[in-house]
Amino acid sequence: MSSLNDYKGPALSITGLKKVYESGHVALKGIDLEVSQGDFFALLGPNGAGKSTTLGIVSGLVNKTEGQVKLFGLDIEGDWYSAKRLLGVVPQEFNFNQFEKVQDIVVTQAGYYGLPKKQALLQSEKYLKALDLWEKRDVPSRMLSGGMKRRLMIARALVHDPKLLILDEPTAGVDIELRLSMWQYLEKLNKELGTTIILTTHYLEEAESLCHNIAIINKGEIVKNTSKRALLQELHKQTFVVELAQAYPDQPNFDGLDIAWQDERCLEVDVEKGTAINELFTVFNDQNIQVSGIRPKSNRLETLFVDAVRK
Amino acid sequence: MEFIQAYWIAFSTIFVKEVRRFLRIWQQTLLPPAITMTLYFIIFGNLIGSRIGEMSGLNYMAFIMPGLIMMAVINNAYANVSSSFFSNKFQRSVEELLVAPVPNSVILAGFVFGGVARGLLTGIIVTIVAVFFTDIQVHNIWILSSIVLLSSILFSLGGFINALYANKFDDVSIIPTFVLTPLSYLGGVFFSTDLLPEGWRIVSEFNPILYMVNGFRYGMLGVSDVNLATCYVILISVIVILTTFSMWLLKRGKGIRS
Repeated sequence: MSSLNDYKGPALSITGLKKVYESGHVALKGIDLEVSQGDFFALLGPNGAGKSTTLGIVSGLVNKTEGQVKLFGLDIEGDWYSAKRLLGVVPQEFNFNQFEKVQDIVVTQAGYYGLPKKQALLQSEKYLKALDLWEKRDVPSRMLSGGMKRRLMIARALVHDPKLLILDEPTAGVDIELRLSMWQYLEKLNKELGTTIILTTHYLEEAESLCHNIAIINKGEIVKNTSKRALLQELHKQTFVVELAQAYPDQPNFDGLDIAWQDERCLEVDVEKGTAINELFTVFNDQNIQVSGIRPKSNRLETLFVDAVRK
Repeated sequence: MEFIQAYWIAFSTIFVKEVRRFLRIWQQTLLPPAITMTLYFIIFGNLIGSRIGEMSGLNYMAFIMPGLIMMAVINNAYANVSSSFFSNKFQRSVEELLVAPVPNSVILAGFVFGGVARGLLTGIIVTIVAVFFTDIQVHNIWILSSIVLLSSILFSLGGFINALYANKFDDVSIIPTFVLTPLSYLGGVFFSTDLLPEGWRIVSEFNPILYMVNGFRYGMLGVSDVNLATCYVILISVIVILTTFSMWLLKRGKGIRS
């Protein structure tokens, strides 16, 4: 592994990747993608865009039609053994034996990666504790809640200490509290251990909070691939959520403001970049409307995402 | 050489998991063949067999015993791999193997030897049951063990291919019901092929189970309807063909990769 320590190239390099299913459906039209080492990368796209196919090919679950995939410079076909050892995968669907116990699932996975039993037990303990599942280690996996099952799949994917972790919609169906704790854990993995993380998600807020770089895939093609900062700079407008002190059932319009009422006491205002927020208050004051709170809308990526996939 | 040790650990992991699975559900895997074979011994061996008289110079109970043991071995070897691997496909837990650095040969070997283990354990249980009904003889332990081992490997491979092609649980039971059971019944378990008319005797020579049953019977009792060398050639040839076919299917990702 000394050569890997010296390797400074991308963690994932995809060149001309094409996938045509037996049905004739073209899922990927020859995409190119690079993810740097240590990155926290989001691959976004609407349903059926090709996200899961791309990650499926990288992780060995889908056969590619054309193209090349390299993990840390290792071809997934030519150097498949070394390449796969560097990869951990958390799939979208639960894919473990529902009758097996929690720790057995993780230890078995360690065995598939060639870890001796003693080491497998230690590693499983480490990650089950880290993901708050240690108390459930002897419970059959079918007895776990949805959130616990998601964490179990993360523990299983980490048991061999991969350098690259792929998560396909890891927080789907997970409550907010648990989602935040999973975010914290993934950030810790990325910052402290330097694990490169690639995730797909439908929660754009998740990508905006966690990721440094973002690619958007649509109809089998990469339509955006840039840093989150650069992507957000493309926004010409900023949206503010305004809470009002009293209800306005007739939901009036305000001249000069681009607003959308959310309910009788809450509205969203789009403001051109560089506009002073004071101007907003002036408009509200002129109409004798009391504002009780104002905050920027955090999910700014949504606008860009919708624009990108509509083109 | 690191990967050789890793492959060995991966193989042991699959094998141990398979053995633990069929031991955990012993009421579904080990008990039924013991009960079924007890009934065969009572009905065919004791009640009907006493009226049949001798077959190939042996009393009927002694004649059918090797065939019944072999039938239990091959049915269970087949069922173990087909149901376990299909269940892995159905629950998508096969993906655990596919994302890991486990070569297809190790996946195949792990499941096949899991099937062999259940086949052999069932064979031992049925043999213990048989002790209550007839004397157990061993004419040649090496022939006996090699035939039972090769037969269980062959049917485990068959079960693996069945599981790769299966799309629903019904597909796993079609082959045992419509192919395996008829071939077993016509494979010389209950009668000598000498009793068959010339035409049917020739047809029966295309039945691979005939060679397994007779090879095993030779190992136990020293009598056989077929040539022993032919028996080995057929067993080994079919194993080679099924192994090659299984590896080709795995490489293509039949039923497991899109």
